[in-house]
Amino acid sequence: MSDKSQRIGEIIAAHAHEEGPLLPILHDIQHEFGCVDAETEEMLAKGLNLTRADIHGVVSFYHDYTPEADPRPVVQICRAEACKANGVEQLMGAAEAAAGGRVKLSTVYCLGLCSAGPAARTGDDLHIRLDEKAITKLIENV
Amino acid sequence: MTLVKISDDALALAGGADKLAKAFEDKGCEVHRTSSWGMQWLEPMVEIDGKGFGPATLDDVDAILDGSSDKGIGVIEEHPFIARQQRLTFARAGKTRPTSIDDYEDTGGWQAWKRVRTMEPAAVIEEVLASGLRGRGGAGFPTGIKWKTVAEAKSDRKYIVVNADEGDSGTFADRMLMEGDPYQLIEGMAIAAYAVGAQTAYIYTRSEYPHAIAKMEEAIRRAEPIIAPLHMEVRMGAGAYVCGEETSLLNSLEGKRGEVRAKPPLPALEGFMGKPTVVNNVLTIAAIPHILAEGGAEEYARLGVDRSKGTMPIQLAGNIKHGGLFEVAFGLPLGELVNEIGGGTFTGKPVKAVQVGGPLGAYIHPDQFDLVFGYEEFAAADALIGHAGITVFDESVDMGEMARFAMEFCAAESCGKCTPCRIGAVRGVEVIDRIRTGGRQRDILELRPQMHNTTKDKGREAAEEVGLLTDLCETMKFGSLCALGGFTPYPVMSALKHWPQDFFGESEVPAEMAD
Ligand SMILES: Cc1cc2nc3c(=O)[nH]c(=O)nc-3n(C[C@H](O)[C@H](O)[C@H](O)COP(=O)(O)O)c2cc1C
Ligand code: SF4
Ligand code: FES
Repeated sequence: MSDKSQRIGEIIAAHAHEEGPLLPILHDIQHEFGCVDAETEEMLAKGLNLTRADIHGVVSFYHDYTPEADPRPVVQICRAEACKANGVEQLMGAAEAAAGGRVKLSTVYCLGLCSAGPAARTGDDLHIRLDEKAITKLIENV
Repeated sequence: MTLVKISDDALALAGGADKLAKAFEDKGCEVHRTSSWGMQWLEPMVEIDGKGFGPATLDDVDAILDGSSDKGIGVIEEHPFIARQQRLTFARAGKTRPTSIDDYEDTGGWQAWKRVRTMEPAAVIEEVLASGLRGRGGAGFPTGIKWKTVAEAKSDRKYIVVNADEGDSGTFADRMLMEGDPYQLIEGMAIAAYAVGAQTAYIYTRSEYPHAIAKMEEAIRRAEPIIAPLHMEVRMGAGAYVCGEETSLLNSLEGKRGEVRAKPPLPALEGFMGKPTVVNNVLTIAAIPHILAEGGAEEYARLGVDRSKGTMPIQLAGNIKHGGLFEVAFGLPLGELVNEIGGGTFTGKPVKAVQVGGPLGAYIHPDQFDLVFGYEEFAAADALIGHAGITVFDESVDMGEMARFAMEFCAAESCGKCTPCRIGAVRGVEVIDRIRTGGRQRDILELRPQMHNTTKDKGREAAEEVGLLTDLCETMKFGSLCALGGFTPYPVMSALKHWPQDFFGESEVPAEMAD
């Protein structure tokens, strides 16, 4: 048994007592391996006694699970209405320039910081009241 | 030793509250990390002896301590933003340490829970009915009736599911409640479980709220002996807006794709794992401990207007001077909320539009600012209060762009179950683009002689595209299974109705659309 399939077996076992454990399991896997890839889907199907199609259907439905790991650091930028009202779209040019190929910019719709936007998230750190200078610095330092 | 209070709400943290707290500790102060008062334009705010200072930075620390700071706002409770509120659900906001079970108990916590257990479950439900409480998640369904349905259903297992998915942009009250007063939510859930006979309670929240999740989990651990044998658990979503819809949420909780289920069966009868389930919003459940306190239901029912009873934690967001959480009885005119309480726009430019109720809510023109905040009042104006987020825009906003975004958002977040939403939203983006670029030329296929119903000598004009968009919106409105597809037409059509000039770009606004 490979290390990976052993780890996945452990993750499944850790959630065995839960009702509807698939999302918590997928969160753990995404967190640990940075993705839920085809091989993992196969292992999960076996471990949970479901079909690969069942698993893939769920994995592909949710934005948080990705089929491939991306080694780049991520900056999530909120582009929902309240942050648009505070000018996030005007910052995107500077953000993309600062990110280049090194940083991945991803779009989220609302971080719950809507009176103090534009807002962004890196890991568990949140950022508010971003202007061009602040977002550039944030992306360069991530 | 000076006692300093600084919030550990996510917004305050984003503004640098941790560093600020450390700086005060280094100066020898005792620092309490409390919940947020909800005056978000002042975060991170420093409170000493009831007086507030904000937004505070590290450079302000010395001046605040020696009394020379120019960031003072005076006594917080006397500030008009706080003094004008009627805080029931957010009564502890700014005052207690969120995960301190002693702070909770000292401020009236668990009293409703103790009282409820001396009552018959049916009597508990009667009080919820009498309070007039309606669901705060958007649809406004009477909470007591929902509970009664679950209570009367025959089943060996029943569930409470708190909808903490809070996907609507411009809303953050669920987040603030979970981060600021988690025990109140727990107490509400315990009461709900007692009333309907549930053994397990889940809180389903979004992955965008890591701080709320951590606080809720800590609070649940500490409250375990108080609420036993009820089992309580936090579950995290995975970045899908539609999972805020209750049946999609239940599928997600079961570990399935978050596709919307057709109703009936109602979740109250066949919900989580096919068992009777109460699905209620965070604010709905958090209102329960107040209502179930002695005399609480009557007090609640006395507040508000018509069939909108009690208070609503309103969230002021977007381009607004005084953004934050404002809990007040239903019935204030929208204009008063935006201009007097919110202070107008942050940029100081005139308000052009406000969107109430998240991405599915209509855009409202300042001409309609006398609209009174209440479920029926808004519905009559083709608008909705939803989760009570108010997002303000100044005159720089392009409403054609916002209408396009509404369709784009629907396309991105559609669960894919029904065609008007899944395909219609994609087509909606295309039609709006064509309106904004002045219509389009006939394509190669339409120019074929076999295509009898297209004119060959001229393309489709912007005005004709408007007809198409209107048709499409009708189809989405009446042909969609849930409100994602069904309500997306509201922001689109309201933008088109009030700001047609933002759609037609270079070409002229058609005569029939001009005011
Ligand atoms: C697309 C969509 C998204 C929704 N998102 C939420 C949400 O984030 N939070 C919520 O409480 N209700 C949301 N709702 C409403 C729920 O379906 C449901 O009405 C609510 O959770 C019931 O609780 P309540 O009666 O306490 O309001 C959403 C509905 C739709 C159609
Ligand atoms: S309207 Fe959209 S989100 Fe709602 S059920 Fe239909 S496809 Fe799914
Ligand atoms: S809209 Fe950007 S944080 Fe809510």
